Amino acid sequence: MLCFPCPVPGVMLTAFEGEHAMKDILQQLEARRAVARQGGGQRRIDAQHAKGKLTARERIELLLDEGSFEEFDMFVAHRCTDFGMEADRPAGDGVVTGWGTVNGRMVYVFSQDFTVFGGSLSETHAQKICKIMDMAMQNGAPVIGLNDSGGARIQEGVASLAGYAEVFQRNVMASGVVPQISVIMGPCAGGAVYSPAMTDFIFMVKDSSYMFVTGPDVVKTVTNEVVTAEELGGASTHTKKSSVADGAFENDVEALAEVRRLVDFLPLNNRQKAPVRPFFDDPARLEASLDTLIPENPNQPYDMKELIEKLADEGDFFEIQRDFAANIITGFVRIEGQSVGVVANQPMVLAGCLDIDSSRKAARFVRFCDAFEIPILTLVDVPGFLPGVAQELGGVIKHGAKLLFAYGEATVPKVTVITRKAYGGAYDVMSSKHLRGDFNYAWPTAEIAVMGAKGATEIIHRGKSPEEIARLTKEYEDRFANPFVAAEKGFIDEVIMPHSTRRRIARAFASLRGKKLANPWKKHDNIPL
Amino acid sequence: MFKKILIANRGEIACRVIKTARKMGIKTVAVYSDADRGALHVKMADEAIHIGPSPAAQSYIVIDKIMAAIKQSGAEAVHPGYGFLSENMNFAAALEAAGVAFIGPPSPAIEAMGDKITSKKLAMAAGVSTVPGHMGLIADADEAVKIAGQIGYPVMIKASAGGGGKGMRIAWNDAEAREGFQSSKNEAAASFGDDRIFIEKFVTQPRHIEIQVLADKHGNTVYLHERECSIQRRNQKVIEEAPSPFLDPETRKAMGEQACALARAVGYTSAGTVEFIVDGSRNFYFLEMNTRLQVEHPVTELITGVDLVEQMIRVAYGEKLPFQQQDLKINGWAMESRLYAEDPYRNFLPSIGRLTRYRPPVEGATPRGGIVRNDTGVFEGGEISMFYDPMIAKLCTWGPTRADAIEEMRLALDTFEVEGIGHNLPFVGAVMEHPRFQSGNITTAFIAEEYPEGFQGATLDADTLARVAASAAAMNRVAEIRRTRISGTMDNHERRVGDDWVVTLQGVEHAVKIAADHRGSDVTFADGRTIRVESAWVPGQSLAALTVDGAALVMKVGKISGGFRLRLRGADLKVHVRTPRQAELAKLMLEKLPPDTSKFLLCPMPGLVAKIMVAAGDEVQEGQALATVEAMKMENILKAERRGVVKAVKAAEGSSLKVDEVIMEFE
Repeated sequence: MLCFPCPVPGVMLTAFEGEHAMKDILQQLEARRAVARQGGGQRRIDAQHAKGKLTARERIELLLDEGSFEEFDMFVAHRCTDFGMEADRPAGDGVVTGWGTVNGRMVYVFSQDFTVFGGSLSETHAQKICKIMDMAMQNGAPVIGLNDSGGARIQEGVASLAGYAEVFQRNVMASGVVPQISVIMGPCAGGAVYSPAMTDFIFMVKDSSYMFVTGPDVVKTVTNEVVTAEELGGASTHTKKSSVADGAFENDVEALAEVRRLVDFLPLNNRQKAPVRPFFDDPARLEASLDTLIPENPNQPYDMKELIEKLADEGDFFEIQRDFAANIITGFVRIEGQSVGVVANQPMVLAGCLDIDSSRKAARFVRFCDAFEIPILTLVDVPGFLPGVAQELGGVIKHGAKLLFAYGEATVPKVTVITRKAYGGAYDVMSSKHLRGDFNYAWPTAEIAVMGAKGATEIIHRGKSPEEIARLTKEYEDRFANPFVAAEKGFIDEVIMPHSTRRRIARAFASLRGKKLANPWKKHDNIPL
Repeated sequence: MFKKILIANRGEIACRVIKTARKMGIKTVAVYSDADRGALHVKMADEAIHIGPSPAAQSYIVIDKIMAAIKQSGAEAVHPGYGFLSENMNFAAALEAAGVAFIGPPSPAIEAMGDKITSKKLAMAAGVSTVPGHMGLIADADEAVKIAGQIGYPVMIKASAGGGGKGMRIAWNDAEAREGFQSSKNEAAASFGDDRIFIEKFVTQPRHIEIQVLADKHGNTVYLHERECSIQRRNQKVIEEAPSPFLDPETRKAMGEQACALARAVGYTSAGTVEFIVDGSRNFYFLEMNTRLQVEHPVTELITGVDLVEQMIRVAYGEKLPFQQQDLKINGWAMESRLYAEDPYRNFLPSIGRLTRYRPPVEGATPRGGIVRNDTGVFEGGEISMFYDPMIAKLCTWGPTRADAIEEMRLALDTFEVEGIGHNLPFVGAVMEHPRFQSGNITTAFIAEEYPEGFQGATLDADTLARVAASAAAMNRVAEIRRTRISGTMDNHERRVGDDWVVTLQGVEHAVKIAADHRGSDVTFADGRTIRVESAWVPGQSLAALTVDGAALVMKVGKISGGFRLRLRGADLKVHVRTPRQAELAKLMLEKLPPDTSKFLLCPMPGLVAKIMVAAGDEVQEGQALATVEAMKMENILKAERRGVVKAVKAAEGSSLKVDEVIMEFE
């Protein structure tokens, strides 16, 4: 007779030989599973629920297709023998890992269980995460991490730190191979933040999640600053100020539904094309209202999101970093059912200029699209780079160069539409023909010039009287404030009617489905980080 | 007939006149201001002449500019539309002098009806029933009290030059009469620079019913029956209908004949409207005569088959009316909803901006045997300008009965898509749903009585909600199946979309089972009720036209996480459709209360902070003016809702704010 301790105190599981024995063995499996599924026990589950938070397994249920989750390592337990830990070895060790499907497409997932040791990361907890990351890399499927962890398992000391580093190394190796998505659904502090930080997207749950390297107590001790956890690392902070997070959602249910929505835009790995799904929107749909999108007054803003939504299939737009650097818009749409990344200047905010924040935001997005073969649509209305001492001292040169670099190195299909202003260096940056843009369209309202008419005239005709400057400005406008000078030089492939923009870009992307373009061999580039 | 006419107006009425002129083979000339350079009436007209800057005072109502445009274009006649110069006798006289026909009444008739006291005297002389009251000017409060006593309470004290509710008071006793007289006088002096006051009987259970008249230059005057315009918000008509659900044939005839008598008495020609106030016992009293085409004239056209603009043009040209009184019958019922760019959820504040989406219902005959007509001056991608009346469109429906006309209106409103600006579609939709409106038991106080706290969206009955829930479940299934058809799925391990769903709307969960076939879905509820939903809706369509248990249901469909935003019949619903397990887990989510904004003064509309009247540390009283925000050239005074102390002023004078931006914070 075999006997082994059961995680449920006071119960010994036994197995007999023969038919009876077989039945009991099956029952034992069920019993063990049932115990493992209880995680840290009902009391802690109730506490989690009372905070409006779901358990690790409930979250997986919402993330994946119903019944598609296959769990790995359910019975893994930690190996720590210090501080009396050997007496408490719950099955699963604070993280649920495995794979399943999102609308039928494979993804790997780990979900930290706050009810077990506060979701803290032990050596074995890390090993479980590493296992599914290795499989995801090998089999070509995204990794989605649902983070809810108090941090390192202090009792394990350096073994826990080693565990983090093992995960970090895999995050680095997986970057650009399979999409990695992090959802912060509880605390995420200290070393724990660096795994999400290296993934492609971070989403947070409002009011119940926070991320920081050092918490309010340490901050108080070291710098004497008094700050709440929410102020230091809440969803609002990271989506609006630090730009660490790419989006925030009201609660667990909404966050996981939106992650499913995002997954539908992403390829499973870097060897696949962007996904395609059936669409119910005519690619040749004309939008007469776009002919009046650009206001008569060139200094009046308009909402670039209207253009994005009218170009997209079914008006469906998944925005990334909506609340940060709103002078540039990034996100995913579909054209003829296929995912396309959109980068667009937003005239409503800072006149749509490029600055440090918007360049960094867009550069990272462009590189993601390029890494995963997602075509890029660029909508341009940019008056230039934002002038100012703060910008220059903040290193706008290097940060602006990131976006320039990202567009220049991108080999995916690139279609660009200039709606209005494309001035100066910012014209070059925004996926211009010179940066290997495939299709560079301009609306008749486009002004492609080295700068605004008045500024240019004042430099060219320095010292002339104000009346003459006014006359010469008008002359300059007539000559240069249009798309035709650029079109004459071939920098613009075609001047198109605004109302036919969807049809044009749909055809352009269709024609680029077979695009092959490779950069020269290099170990890696040296983007100005 | 005229070869060319000029329309001295803009917006929907200019477009409406152009349509008739075109039908009659007459060339049209539009005039436009800077703001209207790309307007619809400019596009529709054969010619267009620019007449100046955007404010109407510098363009549309400058007689010289219109006269110059007439000269430049060679137009033989002018239609003034409504508003602007339509009731300006100087304009009519200028045209007369220039030998250009005015498509409207002669200038003496305009003048005679232009003044409230004069017109009332004329009406009395013509045998028209008028509100008992004192016509002469009132010297002081003592005289006011005496006169009020003679007329009998309640009485209304009104400024002679008044309008729009200004300088108007109702008194139920001597004390109120005394007080009302003084405050009316003060207000009239301040608002109109004319403090003449008169007193008249205050009519209870009042309805606003008006008679359309039409007269030619050959002595023929007819009435084209009545319109009821009792659904008003602050004296602005919102919904009109013809005929009135209240009038009997005798009253109608009496009112019509008195209206014609008045028209004859002032030598009236062309189309005009005699407005009456009618009390609960069908006593009617003359209010005033509008010497122009009314905004709500289409409902009369729909029940009589007469094109009023055509008749106005013919009369102006000197033709005889082609019909006599006995030819004018009432055919069916017509409704009009005025769609305004006013946000009903924000106390009807004007909302200006770009119409990112504007898709009116299809005009003409409907499948149910009704008619839809939409008079508009805007288009998708156009702008609702701050310079003019914020009207988007006049949506009219016709049906054989009042109930049919209402049903046509409900569907037409549900089909009408307007996005980009706030608008009152949900409000008129809600009124159409209102049992009291449907019963026809309405007065001019309907909106004030039924929506005393303002408008918070319509509440739908349980049956409609069930039909909406069933529709959402069926639509969600279509969307879910499409999601599974994405490329890159694992062969043989695709996701299968289940049949069991939980629809959550307005906090109520409906567990449903869907049995779909190739034509639609049978949606069965927990209580065993099955609703059949058929629709060609596919994801992404912003309008879902469904047949639910054989009846038409139209909804505007928007996306929200995990469901739909559905708008219909004045309601704006967030509907979630989840699997049973998802619904179970969703219940664990905490309800998040919206942030408490009572400690803040928020900007109610996009605008410019013109003035901040208090500073941090100031104690303010309820009703005290705190700041003015300039929007649509209007200074909106923001007042304190309760007593408090200003903690901090967050917005500076001259800064432009968005809706709900914080202006100041209270302690």
